[in-house]
Parts: sequence; C-alpha cells; structure tokens
Amino acid sequence: MKVSITINGTTQSHDVEPRTLLVHYIREHAHLTGTNIGCDTSSCGACTVHLDGEAVKSCTILAAQADGGTVTTIEGLTKNGEMHPMQKAFMENHGLQCGYCTPGMVMAAIGLLNENPKPSEEEVRLGLEGNLCRCTGYHNIVKSVLAAANK
Amino acid sequence: MAGSILGNRVLRKEDPKFLTTGGVYVDDMQSEPLLHGAAHVTFVRSQLAHAIINGIDVSAALEAPGVIAVHTAATLNLLPEASSYNPGVARTLLASDRVRYVGEPVAVIVTEQANQGEDAADLVVIDYEPLEVLVDLEQAMASTTLLYPAAGSNVAVDSTVWGMPDVTGDDFFSDCDVVVKGRFVNQRLAPCPLEVRGSAVAWVDGRLYQWISTQHAQGVRDQINKSDASSNVRVMTPDVGGGFGAKISAYPEEIVLGRVAQAVGRPLRWRETRSESMLSLGHGRAQLQYVTIGGTRDGKVLAYRLEAIQDSGAFVDVGAVLAPACTRPMSSGVYAIPRIECRTKSVVTNTTPIVAYRGAGRPEATAAIERAMDMFAAEIGMDAAEVRRKNLIPRFMEPHTTAIGQAYDVGDYEVALDKVLDASKYSELRTEQATRRQRGDRHQLGIGVSVYVEITSGGTNHEDARIEVLPDGRAIVYTGTSPHGQGHVTAWSMIASEHTGIPMDKIDVVWGDTDIIPDGLGTYGSRSLQLGGAAVHQTAQKLVELARSVAASMLEAAEADVVLDTSRGAFHVAGTPAVAVTWAELATRRAAEGGLAISDRFTSGGATFPFGAHVAVVEVDTETGKVTHLKQVACDDAGTVLNPLLLEGQIHGGIAQGSAQALLEEFVYDEDGNPKTGNLAEYAFISAVEAPRIELVPMETPTPRNPLGAKGVGESGTIGSTPAVQSAVVDAVSHLGVRHIDMPTTPERVWRAINQ
Repeated sequence: MKVSITINGTTQSHDVEPRTLLVHYIREHAHLTGTNIGCDTSSCGACTVHLDGEAVKSCTILAAQADGGTVTTIEGLTKNGEMHPMQKAFMENHGLQCGYCTPGMVMAAIGLLNENPKPSEEEVRLGLEGNLCRCTGYHNIVKSVLAAANK
Repeated sequence: MAGSILGNRVLRKEDPKFLTTGGVYVDDMQSEPLLHGAAHVTFVRSQLAHAIINGIDVSAALEAPGVIAVHTAATLNLLPEASSYNPGVARTLLASDRVRYVGEPVAVIVTEQANQGEDAADLVVIDYEPLEVLVDLEQAMASTTLLYPAAGSNVAVDSTVWGMPDVTGDDFFSDCDVVVKGRFVNQRLAPCPLEVRGSAVAWVDGRLYQWISTQHAQGVRDQINKSDASSNVRVMTPDVGGGFGAKISAYPEEIVLGRVAQAVGRPLRWRETRSESMLSLGHGRAQLQYVTIGGTRDGKVLAYRLEAIQDSGAFVDVGAVLAPACTRPMSSGVYAIPRIECRTKSVVTNTTPIVAYRGAGRPEATAAIERAMDMFAAEIGMDAAEVRRKNLIPRFMEPHTTAIGQAYDVGDYEVALDKVLDASKYSELRTEQATRRQRGDRHQLGIGVSVYVEITSGGTNHEDARIEVLPDGRAIVYTGTSPHGQGHVTAWSMIASEHTGIPMDKIDVVWGDTDIIPDGLGTYGSRSLQLGGAAVHQTAQKLVELARSVAASMLEAAEADVVLDTSRGAFHVAGTPAVAVTWAELATRRAAEGGLAISDRFTSGGATFPFGAHVAVVEVDTETGKVTHLKQVACDDAGTVLNPLLLEGQIHGGIAQGSAQALLEEFVYDEDGNPKTGNLAEYAFISAVEAPRIELVPMETPTPRNPLGAKGVGESGTIGSTPAVQSAVVDAVSHLGVRHIDMPTTPERVWRAINQ
C-alpha cells in the first residue's frame, strides 16, 4: 500500500507492506537512522518521534496510520545549524552517554514540555517513565529537561 | 601559558552527533558499500532448556518466502569448541547434539528481507528428547545428570582445583564471642544495554570484514580467527549502544556469521530482537553465598568465611571464573579482618551463560561482606556505621595486603565514611527513623551504609596508543580502548591537547578497527583511563620530544633550548617566541620521513583499588512492602579526576544499576528452565521513576600506579550502592525483627519478611 508522510518538512511517498511499523518506515524507507529500536514490547521508548506534534513510540503505530501525517525525528530538530534548546540542555548537562536512548529521550522530553512547560522534578521523572536509559541513571537526563524548561 | 585543562568540567565532543543525527550503530550502516546487497540472518533458538537433538528438519523453512538458505552445525561442518576455562566443556557454535538453555542458537536462516526470517524460523522442526532440567545451583551440584559428561561434573571451576586453600571447620571461629551465619542470593541480572547485539559481515578479497557492536574489537578478532583460521578477519566497531561487560567477547552467533556468509556468497546483516537478547546475551551475577562472620561483643571482627557458588549458566564463559578471580581476592572488603577463608565453585546449569556485568565479581564480594557486617552489627546491637568504623583498615599510602592475600594500592576509608555520614546528615536520619518507629508510622525510614573497595584493571596492565600529527595541524589519537558511552573522544583529546597544545577540536580519536589498531585490550573492568588514558599521556609526551628535535633542526638551535608554547601549539627558542614553528609545519617537514607520529605502550604498576562509602535512604510501606529509594549519597574515590563531568556520569549510572539490583531486577526461570522475564515488559528494568536522587561527595586519593593518578570509576558506583540500598531496606524493618531480605527486595519479599 502507498503511504505519504511528511518527515522533517519533506513529504515522501512509499509503497509499504500493510504491517510496516512507523519506526521501520522511518529507518528503512525514509533512511533516517537516528531513531533507534531498543525493544519489541513498546517498553523502552528509544523510537520516540513526534507525530502531528505529539510524542509517540513509533513502534506502536503502523506507517499506514501515519499516512498524511507530519513526523519529526531527531534529525529534524536542528534549525539553521542551531540545536534545539533541549538538545543543547542534554549536551550542557551530560544527559547522554552511549547515545542509543538519546534521540527518543530528547523527543519525549520535548513532548513533555509541550504539555507541561514548567514541570517539577517528580513530573519529569513520571513523564519519562516510558523511556529507558541504561547509562546515565537518569540523573542528568532529569537535570537536562529541567534546565531546558527554565530557559 | 594557559592553565591546565585537566580536571575541568569539559563538555563532550561526542554529543553533537548523538544529539542531531544519532550515532551510527551497526544496524544504521545503510550506506556501507561492502554491505550492498546484504541478506539478513535470523537464528532458530532452542525452546527447551535441556534436550538431546535427534534431528533437525529444515525442508519447510527452505520453502518459505524469501529464504536463501538454512544452515546447521552439520551443513557448516562446525566442530566442538572448548571453553578456555575447562577443556571438558565443549560445544558447537550452533547446537548439534544437545541444547542446554532456552535461547541457544540451533540453526541459522538467511533471507532477502529482515522480516522473513522469523516466519521461516517457525518452520524449522527440531526433534528433541528432553533431559532433566537443572536450574537450581545446588540441585545441579548434586545431580547425576551432567550438562557436559566429558567434564565429569557440573562443577566446572573450583577454586581449590586452582590451588587456592579450602575452607576449614568450626575451629576457624573458636575465639569469637559471636558467630553469625547467612545465606545470600546475589541474583541473576540481564545487562540490558539499550542497543542489543548486531553484526554485519562481508568477504573482501578472501578476507572477512566484520562490523560488530563490541567492547573489544581485537579480542573479537582473535576469537573469530581461532574458530576459523581462514577468515583472517578485520573487525570494525561502529558506535556501540552500551555494553556493561556483556559485549566484551563475541558470541556464537557473531563468530559463525562469517562462515554463513561464505556459504551463501552474500554479505550479511544480523540484529537480534530484544526478546532474543534477553535470553542470549550473557547474564550477570548469579552467585549463591554462604557467609560466616565472627568477632567480639564489642564489635571487632576476627574471622570471616565466604563460600560462593557461582552459577555459570549453560557454558563456562568468563562468568565462571569471576568468583575465584575477583570475588575471592576482594572478600575482605575494606576491613582489617585477621582471618579470612574463601572457596568458590562454579556450576553449569540450564540457563543463559554468565558473563561479566558491571562490577563482575566485585559487587558480589562487597555485597557478601557488607551484608555480613550488618548481620554481625545487628547481633551485637551496634550501629551499622560504627561497626564499620571499628573494623576499617587504617589509612595506608603504601600497599596493604589483606588476610586473603590481596594487596591494595592506597586507601583512606574512614575519611570516605565520614564524608558520606556528614553529607547525608546521618544522625538526623537516625533521629527521624526513631521518631517514625515510635509513632508506628506506616512508612518507615531505612538507612543503609556501605564502605567498599574494588579492583580495577585487574586482569590487564598495559595499553597502546598512537598519535599522529597531520600537515594541516590536526592530530589523530589511535587508542586500544573502545568507548561505548564513557567519553574517550573527549578525555583522550583533553590529555593530548594538554601536552601538545593542539586544540581539542583539532584532535580526532580512532578506535576499534583491528587493521588500523592491531594491539588493543578494549574497554572493560574500569581500565580505560588508567591504562588507555595513561598511554595517550605517555605517547603525547614522547611526541612532543620528537617534535622538539625536528623543531630544533628547523630553528637551527640546540634541542635543549627549544620550548613548546602550548597556548598556541608552537615551538620556539626560549626567549625568542616570534620565530616559531607550528605543529602543521613540523608535520609537513616530516611528511617525507613517515610523518610526525609516535606509537607507544604504557605499562602500569598494577591494578588500582578505588574505594568509597555510600549512604542509601529508603522508605518502606510496611503495609504493602513497597520500597522507595529516596536518596543515595555517595563518596567514590577514583584517584585524580580528569573530567568531573564524565566521572559523575559513570557514578550516576552505576548507582542506578546498583539500586536496580537491590530493589527491582532479577532474571527468573521456572523449574523447566523457561525464562519468566524474557522481554522488557517482564524484566523490571529501572526507570526514571524508581531511580534515586543522587548526591555525590568528591574525594581524590591519587594512585601511584600510573602517571595520571587515576583509578577506574566505571563500576564503583554499582559496587558501593547495591549493598547500601539492600541494607537500607532491611534497616527500615529491622525493628520488626527482620535481619535479612534477599535481593531484589520486591514488595512481596519485604511484606513476607515483615509478616513472617
């Protein structure tokens, strides 16, 4: 089946199998590999992207469901060579180590602040519960999100 | 002169890439020309824990859509390969005569598309004859069913066979007023790096090229060449999404990949699913401990015995030797205990093989002695911090040898303890705890104290580095270490820049390609900075001396008169800075003579012994048993700090994994060897909600064993935190008569302990 999705500002059309997940579409059809796959139970959040402005785990929806939609991935955050404030906050607060959870974590964190621009630490932790990180102990991720919220 | 960059909070050079386009992990290598037209690999895995294989029928799978080939041990002519640690323990890379755990690879399917393999795998019919399943360690020791009949026993590694003394009888504790015994389970964990295993292979002019998610490319090269001498493999390491010890060595799936590619005549890509990874990436810990501790009524420990039974899983991998090689030597912990004895036995079972996992043998040693100290303290009614203070090895700046025979480099344990007690406001916490107890609050406060020492860079004492300056003035640092989150690009650039004056942004760092860096020992065991960083330090110094001699000839001056101005990266004759030669000019001058480069090997004065103290604060809901880890206050002394940002990141991550072991995570099998926690929906991977608030207290006691004064810090956060958190949970309910709760201290276990 044919799907047409606007990814990071560019509209693309591809023929895909109906069972294609959005994350596979992003990685294998749009060739954007910043979005990672960390599990097969929708537990880890490494594949989090924005669909029509909302943070979603792209392994939980079919590419077909995103047909006609607008997707932003980690590759689409930088504007005119400038990192998004959330990307900068992760860099300045050492909110990443191996980098594997990072794209999904950053997208989830931006989604969190879109819904709640001034969260408490507790709210940040709850908001990121669906995004797993094995390296940072979450300490500097939480710090990064709070720093971005205070900018 | 500009001030030193070392010791500063330098932001990571690695980050812009990870934050804007994402890293390039092995599964992201879509544009690699050598992998053009690659087919996809799926492994067929055992669904039984222990069985004889009577036959494998692949005919239906061969007919499935997209299937190019299906291979087994027989079609690939695989021969049994023995464990490095027990010659009687041998297996083929794909199971041939017998399967020994659920998830063991049995056959391999090659398909055109990645998603076709899983469908075809369901069509492979394996004729099994079930055998007795051995999941329980002590049952495996007692059983006449042997996983490897040729080994003659399910005890695959025994410390006494290695020549270490056995434990003795009750006389060992004859002068003790108080003797306390305990049985502790240091449970099995799944390492869970966020990136699962993946690899890609292509044959190029009769050589195997293999990309792999690993912590040690050169070791993987040697493993593959040992298994298939004709491969002459070149191993390359893309970005690696975490390892935690589980990606040090190559696994059967990765070792066999080259032969499958040869058989089908195509490049191949393999990436496991998380559910496969949970079963087939090595597990960690899994040690059963019997401890006996004895001492005087006034709190002096006189004797300690540790009998450790290590679960080896279904093969004898490195996990089987961590008990005798790491747990045993560290059994004394930070304490001056006059008599210690320790025996370890490693036992094969029908479970996933055990490998290194963050701490690898040392967390087990620390957990045992710290838990024993707590039970001893409880028995004599002494405070947890006080009993520790009373038994600490006093400050030493020359090597100190414990009763078990391990020499530590330097230590100042009481200061670390005082620092965390102060920072955590320990006495106020005790007051708050007493108040809650008096009131009979539903939510009780628990305070856990641990003091620890561990061994870093225990198995290796050298590392290689090469620094090359290019005619454009840029430098490349080649390192034998292999970063996968630790920040070596930043750290090695800082060190090289410090000595040469070449700006950090003009320094690149290269690793993990065995053709470019044939000698390297990789990144594990908290070895990288103290060996790899020290190698960069030493090589940079020699590079400066080489450059000075070239500069002297260009400046027509005596070498002794030429100085390096690191603030601008230029050499000049002392007193005449206006006439100078830059690194670019020096490299250009040397271009015809093989370039401006130095390769060197640093050899250290031995392993180092980071130490520290932790205070964990938890709240326990006495009605439900639920534990909330409120706070962890940690003082981790890793010697001289190169970059506090990186150091803190390592400790934070380590603490979360320690908290996870103490409170949440456990890999569980049923009695038939079926995994009950085989995916991330079932395994209690710690999240931001459960992870504690962390407060770090700095302390730096340099080691004399390398010129940086650095000890390892990759694992100490885990080693120090785990026993403190477990202790805090027990402490929260100790007034209700509880003396011990095994990890993970789940609500059910805590509730049962309270209500027993």
